Amino acid sequence: MIKASQKMKARDVNVFYGEKQAIRNVSIDVDTDNVTAFIGPSGCGKSTFLRTLNRMNDTVAGCRVEGSIELDGEDIYSSGMDVVLLRARVGMVFQKPNPFPKSIYENISYGPRIHGLAENKAAMDHIVETSLQRAGLWNEVKDRLNESGTALSGGQQQRLCIARAIAVDPEVILMDEPCSALDPIATAKIEELITELRGRFAIVIVTHNMQQAARVSQRTAFFHLGELVEYGATGDIFTNPTQPRTQDYITGRYG
Amino acid sequence: MSEIALRPGADIAVARTATGWKSDTMNRRVARRYASERRFRAVGLFAVVLSGGFLAFLLISMLIGGARGFTQTELKLTVDFPSIAAGTTAEALKGPQADETIAALDLETLASTAATAGYGDGSAALLSDGAWLKLRSALKDDPTLITRKAVIWVPASVDIDMAAKGKGDGEHKKIVDRLKAQGNLHTGISTTFFTSADSTDPTAVGIWGAFKGTLLTMLITALLAFPVGTLAALYLEEYAPRNAWTDMIEVSINNLAAVPSIIFGLLGLAVFLNFFNMPRSAPIVGGLTLALMTMPVIVIAARNAIKAVPPSIRDGALAMGASPIQVVFHHVLPLAMPGILTGTIIGMARALGETAPLILIGMRAFISSPPAGFTEPATVLPVQIFLWSDEVSAGFVEKTSAAIIVLLVFLMTMNATAIYLRNHFERRW
Repeated sequence: MIKASQKMKARDVNVFYGEKQAIRNVSIDVDTDNVTAFIGPSGCGKSTFLRTLNRMNDTVAGCRVEGSIELDGEDIYSSGMDVVLLRARVGMVFQKPNPFPKSIYENISYGPRIHGLAENKAAMDHIVETSLQRAGLWNEVKDRLNESGTALSGGQQQRLCIARAIAVDPEVILMDEPCSALDPIATAKIEELITELRGRFAIVIVTHNMQQAARVSQRTAFFHLGELVEYGATGDIFTNPTQPRTQDYITGRYG
Repeated sequence: MSEIALRPGADIAVARTATGWKSDTMNRRVARRYASERRFRAVGLFAVVLSGGFLAFLLISMLIGGARGFTQTELKLTVDFPSIAAGTTAEALKGPQADETIAALDLETLASTAATAGYGDGSAALLSDGAWLKLRSALKDDPTLITRKAVIWVPASVDIDMAAKGKGDGEHKKIVDRLKAQGNLHTGISTTFFTSADSTDPTAVGIWGAFKGTLLTMLITALLAFPVGTLAALYLEEYAPRNAWTDMIEVSINNLAAVPSIIFGLLGLAVFLNFFNMPRSAPIVGGLTLALMTMPVIVIAARNAIKAVPPSIRDGALAMGASPIQVVFHHVLPLAMPGILTGTIIGMARALGETAPLILIGMRAFISSPPAGFTEPATVLPVQIFLWSDEVSAGFVEKTSAAIIVLLVFLMTMNATAIYLRNHFERRW
């Protein structure tokens, strides 16, 4: 189950919102060669757990994380970890497309600019172009890079957000239900994109859509009531789950 | 289970008679709804018309009363400069001692002599008390005048001025008619009103002193209240932990915004004048006092504007690896700026019209020259209006109205700037 190329390693993670425990003893590994999908019913903690991976839950008042989460063997909750650099290395795409109300070019160049990744304008142009190309958006927007990112359609906005995350050259990309606000065609494009990005980045995707998990991921983790019920190869989870709870969820008995 | 679920539904279906959607009761109900809607619209329209009417009345009455304040009646005077020259040469009036040389000349007597010579005995009364100032500035502009006779238009006295504008008594009216027929009197736009400061003589007063005082005071207020208010709001919204202390600060700020302005005047008097010994009547003290008053308004408006920035933008920037300060300055602040600017302008507009706190810190003094700097004695437009409205002389009535027009124009310019800035920022973002 655990591969050599593992990028992130979580051990016995507990997450509390005040007194309430949202995540119980979750241990999981994420690697670069596979897309990992988190599935489970609403409120099962899959998004909460995703947000612990780049410490976005730091912004939530009263949120407390126990256990260890390592990125390349380094504990991301240790005092030596710089959260700004962590988030640059572990990028995130949100449920609702949230491009900055700036031009398309500025949306992509923002991350490289604040992290000093481009020496000059030409290097920045290159980063913007390659990021948009990798996100499959270049041909659609190359003639209007100065237009506002918010003027794009929902699906384009989400791909812009993915391009924006790629531009920083992260090692891991977390996607929190990236297609739930999109129509089926836009969803198909994003799924295609995820498949293309696999191998270059470790990708973790939270989804409500089990078909989507089956289509894009190689490994699937099933969460229920804050626990990691089952984690394994996507094929096994969907066709031959070992846990009855997984079986019930997959077959639509609840969720 | 299924039986229990079904039965109440069945009962209700039996008990209820069909709703008469077309019945008279229903029609009456619909008619009542339309009527109440019409009533509400009528009341709203009435309110708008009423407030618009008040505004129009204010503006029109001010314009009618104040327009005359911008004009000044002038009398033609043939002045015989050599008669008082007593050896003063044109060169002496150009040299480094020019001011003293001019001061040594008895221009006041010269003016009355010229009036008497031109219009007969007692005609010196036709001249404004400040008429000789016009002779002085004429000499400064052209020193060669000292060697010859010259025709100079000088301001007429208040009585003549009033009569020329159709408000004087019969006796002065006759004089005005006679002088006008001779072409020796005319009423025109007065530059004096825009270039000079307060005076005891309404024909010599100007708004520039108070206007400059207002500019300097507002500059201090804006430079202090805007950054401090915005930064305070940013800190409270983005960094401050939510606890009893910040709750208390929030309540205090809301209370401060509602404190009567005269209290801020007393505070300014106690702190800036008595404790820090800053100069009395100075724009810097006025600006500081008004900044104290404006800051809470800006903080409240800025906090609301910052709160309105969607959290998804913050999350997006944080997830890119932006530090909290980058999130604030690259994303939150630019998005909140239109709202912050609106709040700032509302606060500044209130400060612009403020009189009470400035009176307490001594800005109601009689200031006869425009302030040269932030620490010079000055007054501001609303206080100037207050002072002139208190004067007995009839000439001050129209000057008061004229000053009100200047204040309103200033206010409208400020609001227009705010709207422009707001739209500009909103387009960019």
